[in-house]
Amino acid sequence: MTTAREEILARIRAALPAQGTLAPLQEPAYQRKGNLDREARLELLRDRLLDYDADVVDIAAESELPSTIAAALSKAGEKDVVVAAEFPQQWLPEGFAITIDRDLSIERLDAMQVVITTCEAAIASTGTIILIHEGAQGRRAITLLPDHHICLVRRAQVFEVVPEAFEAISGKSTKPITTISGPSATSDIEMTRVRGVHGPRRLTVILY
Amino acid sequence: MSIRVGKTSAAADFPILAKTALGNDQLRRNVHHATDVIRNKRALRVDEMPDWQQLRDAASAIKAHTLRHLDHYLEEFERNCTGAGGMVHWARDADEANAIAISLVREYSGDEDHPEVIKVKTMTSDEIQLNPALEAAGITPIETDLADMIVQMGDDEPSHIVVPALHKNRFEVRDLFRKKMGLENLTEDPEALTAAARTYLRDRFLNVKIGLSGANFAVAESGAVCVVESEGNGRMCVTLPDVLITLIGIEKVIPRFADLEVFLQLLPRSATGERMNPYNSLWTGVAPGDGPRAFHVILIDNGRTKLLADEMERETLQCIRCGACLNACPVYRETGGHAYGSIYSGPIGAILSPQLQSLEHSRSLPYASSLCGACYEVCPVKINIPEILIHLRGRVVDEDQKTLGGRLSPESVAMYGAAAAFQSQTRYEAAQRLARTGQLLFKRGDELKHLPGMAGEWTRFRDLRAIPAKSFRDWWKARTKKEAAK
Repeated sequence: MTTAREEILARIRAALPAQGTLAPLQEPAYQRKGNLDREARLELLRDRLLDYDADVVDIAAESELPSTIAAALSKAGEKDVVVAAEFPQQWLPEGFAITIDRDLSIERLDAMQVVITTCEAAIASTGTIILIHEGAQGRRAITLLPDHHICLVRRAQVFEVVPEAFEAISGKSTKPITTISGPSATSDIEMTRVRGVHGPRRLTVILY
Repeated sequence: MSIRVGKTSAAADFPILAKTALGNDQLRRNVHHATDVIRNKRALRVDEMPDWQQLRDAASAIKAHTLRHLDHYLEEFERNCTGAGGMVHWARDADEANAIAISLVREYSGDEDHPEVIKVKTMTSDEIQLNPALEAAGITPIETDLADMIVQMGDDEPSHIVVPALHKNRFEVRDLFRKKMGLENLTEDPEALTAAARTYLRDRFLNVKIGLSGANFAVAESGAVCVVESEGNGRMCVTLPDVLITLIGIEKVIPRFADLEVFLQLLPRSATGERMNPYNSLWTGVAPGDGPRAFHVILIDNGRTKLLADEMERETLQCIRCGACLNACPVYRETGGHAYGSIYSGPIGAILSPQLQSLEHSRSLPYASSLCGACYEVCPVKINIPEILIHLRGRVVDEDQKTLGGRLSPESVAMYGAAAAFQSQTRYEAAQRLARTGQLLFKRGDELKHLPGMAGEWTRFRDLRAIPAKSFRDWWKARTKKEAAK
C-alpha cells in the first residue's frame, strides 16, 4: 500500500516538469538596509510604539534601570513581578515581590502581574520587538501570562527595517521566536481596535 | 477521496445565495463598514512603503519558485522539523487529516472521557471541517480567536478569511455572549465584549492539554513554523499545552528563514492595515523547557496537487490568506462571504474552491466577479485573479461541451447560433433586424429588464441595453449617401 506521503509526493512530481537543479531566486530588489541615522531611527521606533499604545521610556544609562523599572511598576501599583533566572539582579529595584522563574507552574505565572525581560532585537519601522527566549528574555510562557510586559531594549539593538533584524537573528532561527508589536489587540468586532485580549494588556519599552 | 472545502460539497449557486444576502440590509451595512475600514487602513500603510512593489515581486517569485519545486521543499521541511523533535504526518484529503488529528488527540488524552482541544484560528481546519469530525469523535474543540468564537457559539459560518465574524455587529455579538456565557448585563461596548471573551477563555488556556493550530508559513531550511496573530490566543495555544498539533496546507512551505522578511512585511499591511500584527510566533520542533513537549504536523493536500500542473492555476496556491482581495471586491462588498458557499470567499474563494473541487461543485463561482481587477491590484503575492477567473469560465464551458445535454443546452445552442451569425455580414445584419423587432415587447426605455426563456437567465441579474433602432453601419451608409447627394 502506498503511504499518503508517497502518494502526495508522486502527485506533485507527476504534475510538475522534471526537477533538474533548483532554479536560483533573483537577488531581492526591495529595501534590505535602512538609511536613517541613529537618532532618527530611535525616534521612528518611539513613534511606532506609541502608535500601538505602548509606553516608551528613554534613559541615559544602564544605571538608571532599577529606578526606571520601579517607577513603571509603581505607576500601576503593581507588585508581583517575574523575571528569568538569567535576568541581571543589579537591574532589579528594591521593595517589590520579585519571583525568579525556575520552572514556575502555569498557575503561578498566571498570578504574576508583571514580567520584565530583555530582547534580541527591535525594528523601528514596524515598532516590533523580537524575543528568541533565551537568557534574560525568558521562556515563552513568562512573557505571555502576566498582564504587563516591561521590555528592556538596548539602543544598539534597534534596526530600521525588517530585513536587517531578520538577518541579525538568522543564526538563532531555530529558537522559539516571538515578535511583539504593541500590546495584544483585536479588531474583530466592527473593526474597533480593542487593546488587550489574551496576551499582556500593557507593554512598556525602556530604551537604554 | 473526499476533497472538501468547508461544507460546500453541495453548495447552492452563487446567484441564489447572493440574492438572499442582498436582501439582508443589516448584513450589507456590517460588511460595507468593515471592508471600508480595512481598505482605508491598508491603503495608508501600503502607501508609506517605498518598496511595496518590489516586495510584491519578491513574494510572488518566492512562491512561484517554491511551488515549482514543492516536493523538494516539503521533504526538506519534513527532514528539519523531524530533526528538531517534531512528528510529520501526511494527509491526502480532508478525511485522512481529520482521522490523524482525532487519533492524536485520543493518544494524548489517555482515558479522559471528553477531551478538549484549544484552537487558534486555522482556515485549513474549517476547510477540512475538523470541528464536526472532532465532535463526532467525542472531542470538544474550543475556538479561541474572538471572531472564531463568535462564529462557533452562533453555530455560524465564517464570512471572511481574516475577520470571520465581520457580518455580525456589536449588538448581535452582545446578544450571543449574553446567551452563551450567561452574562445578562453585558453591554455592546467592544471593550466589554473582548473582556468577557478573555475571562471566559483564560481557564481553558491554563488547563487544556492539547493545542491545535494552523500555520501561515513553514520554513523548509529550518523546519520552523510561523503563526501570525493579534490577540495572544495563538501564543497561548502554541505555548501552554503539553501537545501541539499543527495543520499545514502543503502550499504554505517557504524555502528560507529570510523569506519571512518579505511575507511579514506584506501580510499584516494587506490583511489588517497594520505595520505589523501584535504577535508572530515561530517555533522549530520541540524546544526543551519551553512550550509543548510533543509537536505534530499534518501536511494536507486536499486537492492542492491538482492545481500544480497548469502554470496559471498553480498561481492560485501562492495565496497567503490576507483577505485584501475580499475587501477590494465590489461583489464581495455587496454580498458578504456566505454567498460564496465556501469558507474561502471573495475573489480568491471564487478561484480556489472550484479548483480544489475540480469544478464538480461551485460551478457558478468563476462568474461571481465583474473582472474589474481590483483584487489583482491589491494582492501582495500578485495572483492574477481576473485571468484565472476567465480561464476557469472557459473550463466550465469546455466541460459542459463534453456532454450531449451540455451541447444541446439553450446557452450552447445560442452560442453556436451567435458564432454562425458573427461569421457573415448578411447573417449578422439579418439577426440584428430580427432582434430589433423581437425586443419591442420587452423594451422599457433603453433597457431590456426581463427577457423570456433562456435569455431570461441573463436579465435575471442584469439589465441589458436595448439594440438601437439604427446600427453604426446603417448610419454610416445613410450618412455617406447624404454626403454624396450634397
